[in-house]
Formats: sequence, structure tokens, C-alpha cells
Amino acid sequence: MQFNSIPFLLLLSAALILYYCLPGRRRWYVLLAASYLYYLAAGAEYLIFIVYTTAVSYVTALLLQRRADAENAELEANRDALTKEERKARRAKGKKQRFRILVGGLVLGFGMLAVLKYTAFVLSGVQLFVPSLRIPDLLLPLGISFYTFQSMGYLIDVYRGKAQAERNPLRFALFVSYFPQLLQGPISRFGDLAHQFFEERGFDGARFRAGLARTVWGYFKKMVVADTAMIAVQALVEQKLTGAYVVLLILLYSAVIYGDFTGGIDITIGISELFGIRLKENFDRPFSSRSVKEYWRRWHITMGTWFTDYVFYPLSVCAPMQRLSKWSRAHLGPALGKRIPVYIATIVTWFLTGLWHGAGWNFIVWGLLNCLCILVSQELQPLWLRWQAAAPRLSSSRIWGCWQAVRTFLLMGLIRSLDCYRNVPLTFRLWGSMFTDFNWGEMLGSLTKLGLTPADWGVLAAGILVLFTASMLGKREPLRERLSRRPVLLCVCLTLGVIVILLFGSYGIGYDAGDFIYGQF
Amino acid sequence: MEKLYEILKSLHPDVDFTAQDDLIGEGILDSLDIVTLITEINSAYDVSIPAEEILPENFCSASAIYDLITRLDEA
Repeated sequence: MQFNSIPFLLLLSAALILYYCLPGRRRWYVLLAASYLYYLAAGAEYLIFIVYTTAVSYVTALLLQRRADAENAELEANRDALTKEERKARRAKGKKQRFRILVGGLVLGFGMLAVLKYTAFVLSGVQLFVPSLRIPDLLLPLGISFYTFQSMGYLIDVYRGKAQAERNPLRFALFVSYFPQLLQGPISRFGDLAHQFFEERGFDGARFRAGLARTVWGYFKKMVVADTAMIAVQALVEQKLTGAYVVLLILLYSAVIYGDFTGGIDITIGISELFGIRLKENFDRPFSSRSVKEYWRRWHITMGTWFTDYVFYPLSVCAPMQRLSKWSRAHLGPALGKRIPVYIATIVTWFLTGLWHGAGWNFIVWGLLNCLCILVSQELQPLWLRWQAAAPRLSSSRIWGCWQAVRTFLLMGLIRSLDCYRNVPLTFRLWGSMFTDFNWGEMLGSLTKLGLTPADWGVLAAGILVLFTASMLGKREPLRERLSRRPVLLCVCLTLGVIVILLFGSYGIGYDAGDFIYGQF
Repeated sequence: MEKLYEILKSLHPDVDFTAQDDLIGEGILDSLDIVTLITEINSAYDVSIPAEEILPENFCSASAIYDLITRLDEA
């Protein structure tokens, strides 16, 4: 059930009516029922997987909580009898026991994701050596990467004492399955989201209007910009066109991914606002980033912080890594020694980030190229500081800032094109063709042969211009927030938005580009 | 505290760490800096900063970092 389908809009409308008809303390039942209906519509066979992840996380968290409570009660009861060292030793022992429980939960949770998502990929590698090997055709349940990561993050938070385990299984099931974010995130933290489901609050008209504006804005991005540009991207990928066409693909796919993913998140956050629930922002004007590092602080923020908090930091500061750091400082010198843990953790994190996006070499290479850019820019930092000192006016000028943003945009677009071709050697060959095939005239002359009419190109260009203008005007405060304070103007904009989507959006019979890209991850 | 300032200065020679109280929010310390910083602190102060202590409030200023070191040393 796609966000831009009639059944989804019917489900949403029914859920909203019921939600606001029921008293505050019972409203979460509506969200839970809507979430499971939404998931059921995707396929009854998928249901078992989300129930499994919910059950594993629920039980593991309860075990962790029980162990932590018992540990604290024991320490409290023996407060005066124990010395500082004894308390420390007991805490360490308890932590070790809880860590074992956590590892068990993580293995069970991630294990299922690994089996369903990566078995075919691993076996296809083995098949190179054993051609007779049969690769099973396994199901890949909707949103599994998102709800697994959200649930495993919750387990780690309970282990760390940052969240209390939820004792009501139905309440916990809602946290895992909350339907607006099930398909493509954002990946929420238990402490940020769960309590909002159960808070009693009245209908907030301003918030509802802001949510509606954001939802329509998201549909505009997705249906007018992303889905229109996707038609040309598909033609470019199918025909494997070289030279200037690759540059065109990089630019168009940037519009696709921006419209698709930020639009999808706008719809998710907007719908949540209709229910009075505030989700974490997942984007912060990413295409204005001046470096790859900055880009990753602004793009898919909840995934980035998930990997930073639960993979990068624990890996870089764990005892073996710190021992390795000490060893490398002693044997390789302080400069290289201190880099070792950072570099190993960065490479592992980006490898896993690539793998999270999909089971394919293109995703792994995509992750490692991002990693390479970040590490090279880290190493070039002293050079950059020298350049800043030598040319202070130029390096702090707006022109230089624009150049940095354009450079980052193109670099990220180039790496992202691995996602289009899904074939690493072919992508590298096509990148090379940009510097050998100067077929710009031919490309400009054949734009209408890429599945889009001149009118479609006009709509796409106007849509991109609207996105750019809104992004620039919303630097300090998003336009929709400003509009939500002026109800009449907001109504006019909403009506206009819906008319534009109906007139120029990609939808209807025969339309097949509507799947959200991140829904496939 | 002087030792800590030296470590911070080696990461960002251009920043006056005595005057900054939002090192994370202002993007002065990123995740790579924080791990380098922790490795340096662990080695210089003989403490062990665990992953769960890597929170913005513990790394927002030099004094917050110093408080964290002191707390872990006394725990």
C-alpha cells in the first residue's frame, strides 16, 4: 500500500476519524490497528517477521531490565557493607551478564535480517566456485531494515539504561510497527517516540494544519519532481548511455532521490503531525553541505546517528581497539597510532552502512567511497587550514562556499549513481566516459527521447526551481511553519498544491514508478 | 585541565576552547574528533570512556569533558 494510493488515503482518513473520536488514553489502539492493517495489506506472509522482531526485542528488553533492577536493588541493599572496589566489581559483573543477554537479542534480531536480506548475495558469491549451488528465493519483508534497526537500537538503549523496558507487549508492538514510518523511517529512538503514543492531548488545529501542509508538500516532491525525473533516469540506465548522458543521469537522479526520500519523510512526518506525534527530522537542507562529512550530518540523519551511536562509537572506544591504539602508538608513532581506531571504526561503519542499503557490491562500494572521501578530507585538513590562513577573504567568501556546496553535490551525485546502474565495473566505465565522450550536443538534442515530453521537462524544471526556492527561503524557518500561522494563505497554498499534484503529478493507470526508493532498503 | 586544553588544541588549533560551550551543536567536534579525543584522554588520564557516555552534554565544552574525566576517575 503506497503512500500515494487510494487505499492508503482511505486507511489514513478512517484512522484519523477514529483516533479523534476516541478518548485520549485509548487512541493508541487505533494507531496499532492501522499499523497492522497497513502491514497486512503489503502481504500476510510478512506479518510473521515483524511479530518475530517485536517478540525478540520485547522479551530481551524485559530480561535486561529485570537483571538491571535486581543488580541495583542488591547494590542498594548492601550499600554500607560493600567497599568501593567491591561495588565496582559487582557492577562490572552485572554489566557482563547483561551484555550477554544483549548479544543474544541482537543475534536473534539481526540474524533474521541477515538471513533474509543477505543469503542470496553470499550464496551468489559461493556459486562462482560451486556453479551447481541453488540460490533460494527468500522473502524480503517490507521495511525490515528500518524496524529491525529501530528495535535493536531500543535494546541497546535499555542495556545502557537510557530507556526503560516497555512491559505492555501491545504498546511495544506499536513502537515497532507505527505505520507512517514503517516503510522508510525515520529510525526513531524509543525515548523520543513511544511516550507520545500514550500522552493524552487535545486536537491542535495549528499542528494539524502544519501536518497537512507538510504532507501535501511531500506528495508534491514525490509525484511531481521525483517520479517525473525517474522516467528519464530509467531510460538513461536501460540504454547505458555514455558521456554527457552520465552527467545528466547524476543530476536527474539527485532530483529523484531528494524528491523521493525527503518527500517520503515529509509525508511521514506530516501524517504523524496529523495524529499530534512529532518525529525526528531526517534532513537538514543536505544539498547545501560544503563537505561530505557535513552532508552526512544533514542527510538521512536518523540512520547516520544510529550507526554513529551504536556502531562507530562502541567500536572505536572498545577495550580491544584502545589496546590496539596503545600498541600502534608505541610501534608506529603517535600520529599514525591515534588514527588506527578512528580509521578502522570508520571503514567498518561505512561498510555496514553500504550493506544496510542493500545486498550488492554496488552498495558496499558506495559505502566505502563515502568513507574514502571522509578520510581523505580528514587527512587534508591541515592543508585546508593553511589555505584558509593564506587566503582568509576568499576562503570565507560566499563564492567559495557555493563552490564547496556544488563540489559536494556533484561528488555525492557521482557516488550515488552506483545505485542506478547496480553494476560496479559498468558504473566505473560510464564515469570514465564523461571524460572521453563529449556528446553534449547529441544529449541536449535527444532529451525528448528519454520518455519525457517538452512539457514534462518544463514541469520538472519548474518543480526543481520550486524546491530550490523553498529551500533557500526556509533557511531560518521552514516555509510551511510560517504558512501554518496564516490559515487563509495556507488553505490557498494547499489547494494550489493539490491542483498542481493532480495536474502534473505522475500517477494513474499504467503508472508504475511510485515505489519509494528507501522502501526497498 | 591544561592537559585537556592541549589535546583539544591539537585537534583544532584554530578554536579557542576556553570560550566555547557548544562544541557539538556548532559542529566544532564531529564524531571522528570525538573518537580521537577519547583515545587521547584515555591515554593521558588513564581512564576509560565507554560508548554510553558519548553524549552531547558530556562533550559540549572543555569543562564538561573535564567533569566527565573526573567522574569516571572517581567511579
